[in-house]
Formats: sequence, C-alpha cells, structure tokens
Amino acid sequence: MSERRIISRDDAEHVARLAHLRFTEAEMTDCMEKLGSILEYMQELQKIDTTGVAPTTHVLPLTNVFRADEPGETLPRERALANAPAREGGSFKVPRII
Amino acid sequence: MTEYLTTIGLEFHAELKTKTKIFCSCPTDAGGEPNTHVCPVCLGLPGVLPVLNRHAVELAVMAGLALNCQIAEYSKFDRKNYFYPDLPKGYQVTQYPMPICHDGYIDLPLADGAVRHVRINRIHLEEDAGKLVHSGEHIQDSHYSLPDYNRAAVPLIEIVTEPDITSAEEARNFGESLRLILLYAGVSDVRMEQGSLRCDVNISVRPADSAALGVKVEIKNLNSFRSVYRAIQYEEQRQRELLAGGGSVVQETRLWDEASGETRAMRSKEDAHDYRYFPEPDLVPVVIDAAWLAEIAEKLPELPAARQQRFESELGLSHYDAGQLVISPPLARFFDAVYTLFPEAKTVANWLLGDISRLLNESDAELDAVPLDASEFAYLLSEVKKGAINQASAKTVLEEMFRQGGKAAEIIAAHGFAQISDSGALQAQVEQVLIANAQPVADYRAGKKAALGFLVGQVMKQTRGQANPAMVRELLEKALESEN
Amino acid sequence: MITELTVKQMAAALAAGEFSAEEAVAAHLQRIETLDAKLNAYITVTAEQALAAARASDARRARGENLSPLDGVPMALKDIICTDGVATTCASRMLEHYLPPYNATCWQRLADAGAVLLGKLNMDEFAMGSSTETSAFGVTRNPHDRERVPGGSSGGSAAAVAADMAVYALGTDTGGSVRQPAHFCGVVGIKPTYGRISRFGVVPYASSLDQVGILAKDCWDAAAVLETIAGQDKMDSTSAPAAVGPYAAACAEDIRGLRIGLVKEFISDAIAPPIRQALQAAAEKLAGLGAEVEEVSLPHSSYALPAYYILATAEASSNLARYDGVRYGLRAEADNLHEMIVATRSLGFGAEVKRRIMLGTYALSSGYYDAYYNKTLQVRTLIKQDYDEVFQAGFSCLLTPTAPTTAFRLGELCDDPLTMYMQDICTVPVNLAGLPALVVPVGQQEGLPIGLQLIGCSFGEEALFAVGTKLECARIRPALA
Repeated sequence: MSERRIISRDDAEHVARLAHLRFTEAEMTDCMEKLGSILEYMQELQKIDTTGVAPTTHVLPLTNVFRADEPGETLPRERALANAPAREGGSFKVPRII
Repeated sequence: MTEYLTTIGLEFHAELKTKTKIFCSCPTDAGGEPNTHVCPVCLGLPGVLPVLNRHAVELAVMAGLALNCQIAEYSKFDRKNYFYPDLPKGYQVTQYPMPICHDGYIDLPLADGAVRHVRINRIHLEEDAGKLVHSGEHIQDSHYSLPDYNRAAVPLIEIVTEPDITSAEEARNFGESLRLILLYAGVSDVRMEQGSLRCDVNISVRPADSAALGVKVEIKNLNSFRSVYRAIQYEEQRQRELLAGGGSVVQETRLWDEASGETRAMRSKEDAHDYRYFPEPDLVPVVIDAAWLAEIAEKLPELPAARQQRFESELGLSHYDAGQLVISPPLARFFDAVYTLFPEAKTVANWLLGDISRLLNESDAELDAVPLDASEFAYLLSEVKKGAINQASAKTVLEEMFRQGGKAAEIIAAHGFAQISDSGALQAQVEQVLIANAQPVADYRAGKKAALGFLVGQVMKQTRGQANPAMVRELLEKALESEN
Repeated sequence: MITELTVKQMAAALAAGEFSAEEAVAAHLQRIETLDAKLNAYITVTAEQALAAARASDARRARGENLSPLDGVPMALKDIICTDGVATTCASRMLEHYLPPYNATCWQRLADAGAVLLGKLNMDEFAMGSSTETSAFGVTRNPHDRERVPGGSSGGSAAAVAADMAVYALGTDTGGSVRQPAHFCGVVGIKPTYGRISRFGVVPYASSLDQVGILAKDCWDAAAVLETIAGQDKMDSTSAPAAVGPYAAACAEDIRGLRIGLVKEFISDAIAPPIRQALQAAAEKLAGLGAEVEEVSLPHSSYALPAYYILATAEASSNLARYDGVRYGLRAEADNLHEMIVATRSLGFGAEVKRRIMLGTYALSSGYYDAYYNKTLQVRTLIKQDYDEVFQAGFSCLLTPTAPTTAFRLGELCDDPLTMYMQDICTVPVNLAGLPALVVPVGQQEGLPIGLQLIGCSFGEEALFAVGTKLECARIRPALA
C-alpha cells in the first residue's frame, strides 16, 4: 500500500477504543490496510470546493414535528426485561463498573 | 502575600415539569418500581425513533425568557456519543451548536448594594439518563449494578453560565436566584435533594496580577447550594495553596464528598473523551416563530423580581417583608389571593409572616399543601377589623382552618367567638355588674380609677369573653361618670 | 402453479375462490421447504403463524368482508424489520435471539391489510454489504446462478421473490440495497422518496439515508404494496405528510410526451457493455412510446460514493452503539462492565460491520469532523442540487444503470471492500438526494438478469410506475430444480 499512511496505528487504536471494539493483531493489520485504501479514496472529496455551501442534514424540509404531552402505554415490565442477557428482580444487571 | 482571584462558572441541569418523557409517551412520575415507566423508545430498542414533546420545548423557551435569554428561531438536536449502561442508545440526544436559548443573564444583588451581572451562555434541551443501582455500599466495592430506565429520557434543560462569578457566596446566591426564577416560571420542581435540579461548578484560581485564567477544575456531586458553597470554599483554598506552594492545578473533574468536606479527583475514565457530536438525523429542526414565542411569553407567570417590585412600590410593603413573601411562591400567591379580598397589605403580610409562617414551620408544610383557604382567611381578617372577633380568638380560628380547613364564620360561631358589640345587650350586662360589685364601683368613684379594669373583667367574664372590650369600657365609664 | 402468481393474479384467484389463502400459504411453505436449503433466503420461517393468519384471511373472505388485494397473500420481510415476538436478527450474532416487543409500522400496515408473513429474510449484517455475504447466517445464493450472489444488502428479499418463495418482500435501501439485488435477481425493486414510508421499527443503518423498499414480481404489485404502507407515521418524525398515490393506477398512465433523462455520468466504461446496450435499447423503446429521451448531466456524481460512505458509516457508528450487551442481544461474559461491552461488540459484530463502525467513528472524531463529515454534508447539498435542477427543468425521470455489472460470483469481491463499494455507484446518489428510484428487469445476459434504474423527483413515484411498467420485460424465471 502507499507510503502515505492515512490512518496511523495510534489513530486506529484510538478509534477502536472510542468504538469499544477490540481487534487481534492480524485483524488490526487487515482493518488498517482496508481503512487506509478506503480513506485514500475518500480524499477525492477534498478536491471539491465547498466554500459557502450549506450542509444538508435532512433531505426533506420538515420542521416542528411534535407529540402532545400526553401519557401513553408503557411496556409491561416482563416484556421490557424479556431480552435482558442478565437480570435481577425488576432490573437489568451488569457486571461491576470499576 | 500574593492575592488570588477566583473565577467560577456554573452548569445546571433542571428536569422539566412535563407529564411525559421528551421523546416518548412514558410518564415522568418519580417513584415507580424499576423499569416500569419504559417503552421500546426510551429503552432504545433497535428500530425505535424519537418524537419531540412539544411541551418540553415550550418549558425550555419559558426558562429562556425568565432568564433574559434570546430564543433561537431555529434550533436542532445532536447526538453526543459515549458508552455507559445508563444511556440506552449509546448516545445522548442533546443540542450542541444550536441551542434553543442563548445569551441571557441574571443581575445578582450584592451585599454592598451593587449588582453582579452574571451572563448565561446557553440553555439547551436534552434527555436524562437512567439510574444505576449499585450492589454494596459504594460503586468501588460493588459487584454488579442494576440499570433502571424510568428516568431515561426525562426532559432536561442544561443552563450554562459564563465564568462571571467570583466567590462561593455569589455562586450560592446565583443558584438560589436561578432556582427561584425556574420555580416561578413553573418549568421545573427544582428540588436539588431529589435531583430535579443539579449543579456542577467550574472553578479556577489565578494570581491577581495575572490576566490569563487559571486551570479549570470541574466539581460534581453537589446536592445542595450549601454543598456548592462549601465545595467552592474548599477548592478555592486547595488551589491557592497549590499555587502558593509553587505547584500547579491539574485540569480534572473532582467529586464533592459531603461527609469529609473535601473534593476528590475522580478516577479518570478508561475511555478517551471524544463525544463525536453530529446532527441527530431522526429529529427535525425546531422553528419558533414570533407568534409561537408570543404565545409562550403570554403563559409566563410573574417572576420574582417583578413581584418584589410590585409588593414594594404598589402595595407599600417593606423591602424585607416583600422579600420574605417572594422567596416562597406559595406564600406570595396566598398573599395575592388574600389581598384582592382584603386590601390591607401590611396586615396581610404580618399575619402571613407571623402566625402563618409559624404554623408552617411547626408542621413543616408548604402553604399550598394545607387546607387553609385564602378567601376564608380574608373573611377572618375583615371580622377582626370590624371588631366582630378579637385578635386572640382570630388566632384560634386561623389555627383550626390551617389544620382542618372549614369556613371562618362557622368556626367562629361554633366557638362562640363572635364579640357582643350590640350596645343594648352590653348595657344590660354592664348594669348587672355595677349592681353586683358595689365596692369597686365606690372605689372608682372615690378616685381609684384602677377599679375600672376589674369591672371590665367582670363583664368579660360574665359574657364568656364575647363582649367587645372597648365598648364595655366605654359603657362602664359612661355609667360610672353619669351617676357620679 | 400458485407460487408463480403475482399479487394481482393471486388476489383475483382468491376472490374467485380458485384456492384458499391457506392453500396459497401452504404452497409457498412447501416451496421454501424444497428450495431454501439451496438458496438460504430465509433466516426464520414462521410456518405456524402463517397458516393461522391465512385461515383468518379465509374466514374474513367467507364473511364477505371488503378485502385489500394483499389480504391472504403470502409475503416476507427483510430481517431488519421488527416483528412482535418473531426473531429479528439483522443477520447478526449480536441479535441472534432478539425478539422485538413491537411491530415496525410498515409491517403493521401490511398486517392490518391481511398480509400473511412467511418469515424473515437474509441480508448483509445490519444491511452493510452489497452481496448478502456478510450475513452471520450464511450467504444467500442467486436463484439464477447459485454460484453467484443475489446482491445486497436485501439479497434474501430479492432471491425469495425471484424464486417464488414469497409473492413480494420488503427490504431496506440505504445506498442501493433494494435496487441492486432487484437487478441481480430479475425482480422489480422500489426505493421510495425518503420519508415516504415510516422507518419506525426498521433497525437503522444510516438514518438520514435509510428507506424501506419493496421487491415484487412486477410494477403493479410493487405499486399496490407501496400504497398500503406509505404515508406519515406519528412515530417517525421524518415521515412525510405528502399525499399517498395512487400508485397502482399510475402503472397504466400514458408516457407520451414525458421527458426522460439519460445521465451522462452513468454511461461510462465502468459500466459493463451488456448493461449499456440494455440501457440504449430501453431508451429507444421509451422514445418509441412517445417519450422525449435526452441526455442530462449530474456533474457531482463522482463525489457521491465517498460522500455516501462517510455519511452512512458515521451515522452507523452511532446507531450501532446501543449493542452493548446490557438490555438485549448478545453478551460476552466479563468481570467488569467496560470489558463486557468491548468483548460483546468484538464478538457480536462481523468484520465488515466493525470496519464500517471504525470508518464512521474516525470520520466523526475530533480533528477529522470538518474534513470528512461536514465536508460530506456540503457535498450532499451539491449532489441534491444537481438533481433538483434536472427535475426543475421538466424531466419526469432519469434512466440509468443499476450497477456496473450483472451478479458477480460468490467471494469475488469479499476481500476488496472498495470494489464492493463501487457496486453502489449508480444507486447511492439517489439516497443522498432522498429521491425515489425504481428498478425494473429489462432482459438478461447469459442467464443473468439486467435491471435498469428509473430515478424520480421527490414524491414523484407515479411517473416511475408509469414508465417502469412500459419498460419491464416478461418475468425472468430462474430454472430451479
């Protein structure tokens, strides 16, 4: 691959930490190589002058979509907890935080 | 010795007083069993989408108006990405570059009569997280935690000040002013002890001759304005000592420990801080046009400063009395209700700040939670004024209405508190007493004027206290003088 | 054969009492039983529920109720559409055993119309792919050539309809995920205007691009299904209040005088010759029917693909953050919370999903946001403007290829994500601009179908159905043993 590495090992590890993903050494090498070639292709975008162009976050010009402040149905607790990988009584359960 | 200056900015989170959550129709009521006020949306199940609660937007705008903010005509939502098990979606929906309100202020009166202009940078809408219940005493020795999502997605506003505050005292006063304004505006319950109002402090210290601000420390876990005050004093001292000793302050988040009276560095999280904000694609922008803004402004109740001003300049109350009433919205509302029926401000204020405040203290209640009715109380005051009931009886009637409610007239009648102010009826009583007490009558006439008091007492006794004492005195004097 | 019928034909047969809904469902279940071991289009088959639903439909018909043309007609859903009590896996280990407690709006609307669900269809994991090879539950094979991919990510949906294992199916389309499989499998596929169909209950890949789509045997069927599921939903803030249809009626509309654009940028050497020839033939056919076919230019087209991959992966990195092993889905055991989350995500997601999460996280991370993400949103504006200008100039629709090639071989592009991404070159600009697009089969080359894409203006689905109906060839039925 090209010598100008677009994503450094440190960057890749930082991004993996942010994303809460872990890779084996082989996976990381593969991932970096593929990300590198994709990001290089993404550089295409830098060729285009977008000075003064407004960003589009929504394609439809919708505004002010609201619901009224009126209580509706809640899930019965058994249904809310039905998919929980672990639970105790009426709560979800997770391992110790620290 | 070097002089140091302290710079403080505050961040508040206030729960909005809506019936339902910000993006779904689950109730916001506190106190349900864990995970009973939840639905697919606030649990962040795959595939769900948020729909914004209109009332939450209106309350945020009201908060902005009450805090002298500019209201954004166009605002939008963003995602703040981080992992924590109390955050069901792995991101919090909040507002980042375009908050709903910005550039407000509170003018804080200082002890010396000057005013501190504390600027508010922004107010934005966001969703609350759930709650983690930890096994064991502390999170450190906990083996597991139990997420409860009843509070997840309860609507919050975050209020961020500029670093315009210079002392613990000012910070506390600012917090109390802000709390009262939000309470008056009706946007939040603002109960710090219950977490519906939370305050974080950003504080830095620098030598007086340095222009650049010092390194900022954030203090969290402050459960009252007293803690805010104490934590700032502690931190101010800690940072000054560090600097004076040639050390430097580390930029970090510290937790206030109420029991030890210290701040402690929070264990730094393993995750790097990079929230990767980006526009929330599932929500559309909020546009508040002039008409909607006017409609919301119309609903904004009278705020503390305006009420204080009215009590002083229109009703003639002293600055102190007006302040005492304004600080308690229920008291001030009750005052207004009584005043419209019995327009003697000073008398109403005296009763409210005297007997009624005493009763409230004794019962540890708020005035809007006791059965005392403003119009009945106004009736009682007018009976006192007419002389139809004496002051002492009135207090008894008040106490009874305070505890059990009821109509003043009926309580007065039941106790036989009505004063006999009919001169015909009293004349007969006076004559009986004069006949039965020949010696004191003779004493009076011989010049021992003190005997009059005894005779008045006899009439009062004979009427079981219902006689109007002023009239009795007058009738007795007339009778004693005329037969002289 | 019952399984060969279209929605329209089956509705007529059911109304005429030629067979019952139960028989129709049984015939489809039988075909799935026979064929799906070879094709692997289904992740879950809901046989019992389907038969019960069919009997309920027959009972409604027996009572003489006024029925939708979809009533009693067996269909299936891409396994990204939430179904109450029926596993919705997104073809991921992460959600292998996940049972949603609610229905997606699009499925609820079909169920209310009497549709009978046969099961849930295979796809690329979390809709991330163009071949259905990233599914955690095995690849789906193309019914026309089992050594080839069905396209993706809605590959199971396209394969099931092509192989007559469902009369129609719903898919989702973020960058071409309904249209490219329709092209590869020789069926009709529509991705409506963004906001046309509620996204509530559809597990998101990239929220600002995702749209539910329909895979069907012909244009009329797709139109009838669209009429049923389209329209504003109070659960989706981004669903549009625009009036719905009529779409089925639009199929019969005359196209004389309609202006149809041929997009210059999409007719390059990158497009395989047979596809260019098919495009030329189609243009001539439309001209012959009285349409005015002219060349148009969309100058920013070449930026669409990089822009799409940044935008989609950025949104995906956030959308997939909820899979943390806390409330549902897979959990890897670990002795503290942070470890548990990292282990769960590392185990539960496949390589392509992780790669896209990494790319999206990178694009949003501090220091890169402006160069990548914000730049992309600006490019999106330029791309959308290109289309706005063409449609404002009076074009009814644009005729383009769907993908550069016909169905490629299994494994051919697996190790080359960039070339795989190039599959979407003609389809992603449509999602960036939020427009509707319809793919119709027009012919085949060496036994592999070719479908062409018609792109419409915002909420201009009617014109697509009118033109698409004129263009679609007779069904290309795979020879299946």
